[in-house]
Amino acid sequence: MTEHSEVMHQGESHGAAHVHRDDEGSKMAMWLFLFTELLLFGGLFLLYGAYRFQYADGFKVAAADMNSFIGAVNTIILLTSSLSVALSIAAMQRSQKKLALGMLWFTILCGIAFLINKYFEWSHEIHNGIYPGGPALENMSNGEVLYFGLYYVMTGLHGLHVIIGLIFIGFVMVFISRDKITSTNFQKLENAGLYWHLVDVIWIFLFPLFYLLH
Amino acid sequence: MSEQTQTGELAATQAQSAHGDEHAAGHGHTVSYGTYFMVWLGLVALTAVTVTVAGIHLGSLTLITAMLIAAVKTTLVGYHFMHIKYDNAIIKVFILVCLVIFLTFWILTFSDLSFR
Repeated sequence: MTEHSEVMHQGESHGAAHVHRDDEGSKMAMWLFLFTELLLFGGLFLLYGAYRFQYADGFKVAAADMNSFIGAVNTIILLTSSLSVALSIAAMQRSQKKLALGMLWFTILCGIAFLINKYFEWSHEIHNGIYPGGPALENMSNGEVLYFGLYYVMTGLHGLHVIIGLIFIGFVMVFISRDKITSTNFQKLENAGLYWHLVDVIWIFLFPLFYLLH
Repeated sequence: MSEQTQTGELAATQAQSAHGDEHAAGHGHTVSYGTYFMVWLGLVALTAVTVTVAGIHLGSLTLITAMLIAAVKTTLVGYHFMHIKYDNAIIKVFILVCLVIFLTFWILTFSDLSFR
């Protein structure tokens, strides 16, 4: 393990700073973590699939109230933020530090815009009495209640991942501005990108499953 | 496969020399900005298709089409944005194994649900 860990010798016996690191190992660890995320959300998707199979009509009734326009806008926002993360890595490889940072700022703005849309969506639903013990939920069929339960849990957990992704990117931006991430040493940026893209991929499935039931 | 030997050589050179420049060899793939824009355009177009198809009443086909398009979008994001295209065979195998396990869960669950 010590062989693969990041060890820095600064001005000691080695003279010049020499960093021993294992980018390939770091990337693999990130992927292993993403697999656990896939199974976390995968379990919820499975639950969604099983309940939708059982309560197809209730799901359709419940989803009729969804604002598919906001859903589509949020999809475009996340896809664009994925593009800007990919572009920031490409810029970093070309030593264009300012462009890389600019792209990450844009990503953060996209993430915040996504969360603001989500806030308005949730507020609208809660205002309509759709929350645990809420007046609207009491008059709903089992299928509708299950739909909204899964809706809140899955988009909520996804929203939490957006927030974590934003924090992750924030740290990476500090590393870039302090030249800890450079054109030859950017695996941290790459890993943040992988996480952000996973969040995007999860939304790619959430959008049609919760907003486009007709 | 050639990448693995490249990494091996890289480790060897790192052990001998203290120069940081050799690290660059491990990240030899610079993708053009244009390629990423094209992938993004494809993703946006596919989103438009998903929304349009959902508006047409296709019955049970609606869900299948939506999921197929989502799978294509995921492949685009994974292959290009997540750089699976340039990853070592071992990471590709890992991803494949994970997806197979995931699909197994689905098949087992739905084979149970469908025949109750």
